[in-house]
Amino acid sequence: MSELRYEAPKTLAEAVALLSGAKGRARVLAGGTDLLIQMRTGRIQPELLVDIKAVPELGEIVAGNGGYRIGAAVTGMQLIEHADFAKRWPGVVDGVRLIGSLQVKGRATVGGNLCNASPAADSVPALIAAGAVARIVGPHGAREAAVETVVVGPGKTSLAVGEIVTSLLLPPRPLRSGDAYLRFTPRSEMDIAVVGAGVNLTLDAQGICTQARVALGAVASRALLVPAAAAALIGTKVDAAALARLAAAARDACSPIDDKRGSREFRLRTAGVMVCRAAGIALERARRNDG
Amino acid sequence: MSSAIGTEDLKIVGSRPLRPDGVDKVTGRARYGADVSLPGQLIGKVLRSPHPHARILAIDTSLALALPGVKAVVTRDDFPDMPDEYAAAGELTINYRDVTRNMMAREKVLYDGHPVAAVAAISESVAREALKLIKVDYQVLPHVIDVREAMRPDAPLLHEAQYTEGVSPKPDKPSNIAKRLEFSRGDVAAGFARAEVIVEREFNTQPVHQGYIEPQACLASTTEDGQVELWTSTQGHFMFRAQCAKLLQMEVSRIRVTPTEIGGGFGGKNNIYNEPLAIVLSRKSHRPVKMVMSREEVFRATGPTSGGNVKVRLGATKDGRITAAFAELNFQAGAYPGSSVAPASMCAFTRYDLDNVRVIGHDVTCNRPKVAAYRAPGAPIAAFAVESAIDELAGKLAIDPIEFRLKNAAREGTQTYYGPKLGTIGYVETLEAARAHPHYRAPLGPDQGRGVATGFWFNIGGETSATVNINEDGTVALMHGTLDVAGGSRAAMAMMVAEELGIPFEQVRPIVGDTAVLGFNFITAGSRGTFAGGMACVTAARQAIDRLRTRVAAIREVPVEAVIWKDGQARPAEGSAIRFEPMSLAQIARLAGKTGGTIAGHAEINAQGAGPGFGTHIVDVAVDRETGAIRVLRYTAVQDVGRAIHPAYVEGQLQGGVAQGIGWALNEEYVYGADGVLQNPGFLDYRIPVASDLPYIDTVLVEVPNPNHPYGVRGCGEVPIIAPLAAIANAVSHALGIRLCDLPLSPPRVARAIADRPA
Ligand SMILES: Cc1cc2nc3c(=O)[nH]c(=O)nc-3n(C[C@H](O)[C@H](O)[C@H](O)COP(=O)(O)OP(=O)(O)OC[C@H]3O[C@@H](n4cnc5c(N)ncnc54)[C@H](O)[C@@H]3O)c2cc1C
Repeated sequence: MSELRYEAPKTLAEAVALLSGAKGRARVLAGGTDLLIQMRTGRIQPELLVDIKAVPELGEIVAGNGGYRIGAAVTGMQLIEHADFAKRWPGVVDGVRLIGSLQVKGRATVGGNLCNASPAADSVPALIAAGAVARIVGPHGAREAAVETVVVGPGKTSLAVGEIVTSLLLPPRPLRSGDAYLRFTPRSEMDIAVVGAGVNLTLDAQGICTQARVALGAVASRALLVPAAAAALIGTKVDAAALARLAAAARDACSPIDDKRGSREFRLRTAGVMVCRAAGIALERARRNDG
Repeated sequence: MSSAIGTEDLKIVGSRPLRPDGVDKVTGRARYGADVSLPGQLIGKVLRSPHPHARILAIDTSLALALPGVKAVVTRDDFPDMPDEYAAAGELTINYRDVTRNMMAREKVLYDGHPVAAVAAISESVAREALKLIKVDYQVLPHVIDVREAMRPDAPLLHEAQYTEGVSPKPDKPSNIAKRLEFSRGDVAAGFARAEVIVEREFNTQPVHQGYIEPQACLASTTEDGQVELWTSTQGHFMFRAQCAKLLQMEVSRIRVTPTEIGGGFGGKNNIYNEPLAIVLSRKSHRPVKMVMSREEVFRATGPTSGGNVKVRLGATKDGRITAAFAELNFQAGAYPGSSVAPASMCAFTRYDLDNVRVIGHDVTCNRPKVAAYRAPGAPIAAFAVESAIDELAGKLAIDPIEFRLKNAAREGTQTYYGPKLGTIGYVETLEAARAHPHYRAPLGPDQGRGVATGFWFNIGGETSATVNINEDGTVALMHGTLDVAGGSRAAMAMMVAEELGIPFEQVRPIVGDTAVLGFNFITAGSRGTFAGGMACVTAARQAIDRLRTRVAAIREVPVEAVIWKDGQARPAEGSAIRFEPMSLAQIARLAGKTGGTIAGHAEINAQGAGPGFGTHIVDVAVDRETGAIRVLRYTAVQDVGRAIHPAYVEGQLQGGVAQGIGWALNEEYVYGADGVLQNPGFLDYRIPVASDLPYIDTVLVEVPNPNHPYGVRGCGEVPIIAPLAAIANAVSHALGIRLCDLPLSPPRVARAIADRPA
């Protein structure tokens, strides 16, 4: 049986050095709400845990250039309770709100939700729809990557050994923009998405949709950005016909599996339903957000 | 025992004091199974079968034993084989031949999770490591999970020597059908011939787990001279003692069992699992051994209740009188025979006064964990089918479903089809209270439906003991042996004792006696806790009162007949010419040492006359037609509880039963892969409802006192889980206009039914 080492470095440089020195047997520890469970069930057996919560800059929520930077160690509850962020990105907050219970959200981070690489992670489709970008630091320097490129498959990310997601960047918000995230679960809470749908759209003064991003969770091996679904909305008033095309495009993009959490057929049907309902909420929010 | 007291005289019974175990529980002080530890203890862990069905060719434990830190290993070779020998355990019967095989596989493993070996080591991680070093040579066999498939003649056979009991002549081929049973009364064929409307349907339910929050946990310490101390989370410590003694061929007196607080049981903690393993590991290692199951182990290897396949046929005349009733109940027993099909068969129609009834039951083995009791074992499954059919029949006859039930309701004197005539019961009263409830007339919105269903359960009494010790300051220590399985029965028992003695409730301290300090108590099952436990406590209190009166008679030098007990005092009998200064309990207690020693009352009884319980439930649901999701909007549970000693805890029983029934109806199910391995052994994918899935569950307590109990108590813990399955299915069927016959009514299944509905 191997020993487990725990480190809580105060700087990013130290954290990166610890991680790169451990030859892949180290793990970043953020809230631990995924990691500790995986360790207890024996699914992973790391030799080193690098706790990133002691690095000050990773705990910050910073507004700037019309956008937002969220540190990777910011907890779900901190984000939910940040009034201005919640006003600008209600859809991202929808996703975060759905993560576990109050207690879980008191520890869980959005960075961890992303890097855990579950296809069903709730904040991820919302972040993809929002056009969020991950800032990543590693032994070879810093880079940025669109959120939809961070996860490559169940439990797998595009992060290299030693790389840490340090923050998530949300772009400036035009007037008349709104976003929403909805998931379907058999239970009302404490459940895992059978289907998740994030929609982010912007209207012009006439109420025509000028920009849109649509993302789906739990219907493929990772959360998907679905440009064809967005195209169904752009140029429309998000009316019934547009929603029908949206649902069809969303279903086309899905490649769900049959498993204990839902049949393929049920996931396909429900993906169309949830994406339309999310679009409806995003539309309402965009209409209200006219300055 | 009767002499019920009129409600008007009661000071404590019927009030709502705080429970004696409350502070410990909300502050984390209460000691549950896993909280008990001893110096030098080892940790025991079980190696479980990864196969649903396989023959064990060989087990090699040598590498595990050689691992530093491992102190003992046990396998089938450490336990004596047992012949067929049946015993009662709660509401189900066990066979020791099967019990020993279920706790540790012998010839074959019969389900994913079946124990094959156990180790005791200095830490959990060493124990886990040791498990990986045990080599088991399996010959994998074909398996069968579904009850209908298991009944086919060509199905993989679990027990090569199992021939269906209850059919004559004896079959010439073995079968997974362990037993066939039949109950009948009247002439069913003639009854159906007279029927003007007939409903015939087939229903299926899935096995569901009791879902107690505390996994099984025990600690055993065996001495070199063969004395065993065992701490365990159990519903019946005397029963666990008996089972361990039998399985290990020990004298009962050598085993002392102390029950810990129990974090729920619901029937699932009626039987031993790890206890004999811990005792033998402790014997071999000369150290105490603690064994705590993980949630995954709880799901893979401890009892769910049966899944059932039930065919029902009901006939009635146009004016709403049922002329014939037939049901066939096919119950999964899991790996070993002994499902709840017998009580389910007896309950199926016992809410109605019927002349022509026939019920056939089959007990069927399949490659799943051996089922255990779960709250009114089997009754919810039978009631789901029958109450759904009743609802459909009422609909066809255009008669209000409560009215239809009233027309056919069982009453005092109704002859049951399984044996006795019913005594004083309150079924009609619950139907009338439900019909009068505002819920029954409240308007419904679009895509909403309302369902009604009813439930019946026998309830039981049984062997019970208690001691009332009068302390030297006049307070009371109440020692009871029928466990409070967290429902609040110890509060109710203390309330009855306080009522009898005429002292404040807070002056009675109830504690659970271990197996060494009280005589045998049956397990807390069959809703017997407050009924039988209460009866013993009242008997013991009355004996103490007689002794108190005798002391006072001696002190005051008056005949004992001249001394009565009232309001906590020994006083002159009313109207008696013999007068003397009354003495309070405290005064008598203070003098007890000088007047003959401490004063106590005892009871060792076999409680008889448990009154059956009936309930009527109303539920409203909303169905999301696009996703198939069901939301329970409003729930009202009406039940005859005899008399509620502590109404808040009785209401809690009703609400808890309904919550579990809602889970059973909506989402709970075991998911097995084609490989026969359980895929959802955890609360994430085995979906019991969370608080936000439940509406406020309103309760109406109907009180038709049980004439056989001093305070009129009927068991109340099991009835409330019986009706919810059918009530919800009826509500969903009304909302959609489609009759749904398979549980759970999970979103994919409901969505499918909507999609498949004929246009
Ligand atoms: C009871 C319960 C309910 C839950 N319900 C939900 C739910 O409804 N929806 C949902 O989406 N999730 C749910 N989760 C999962 C979990 O809470 C979330 O995924 C959470 O956001 C994970 O964040 P964390 O900070 O705890 O991550 P951790 O557990 O600390 O880390 C998760 C993984 O990401 C890696 N990691 C973390 N941060 C970084 C980083 N900055 N850079 C690189 N790698 C990193 C870790 O090494 C680890 O592999 C639930 C968990 C529990 C226990």
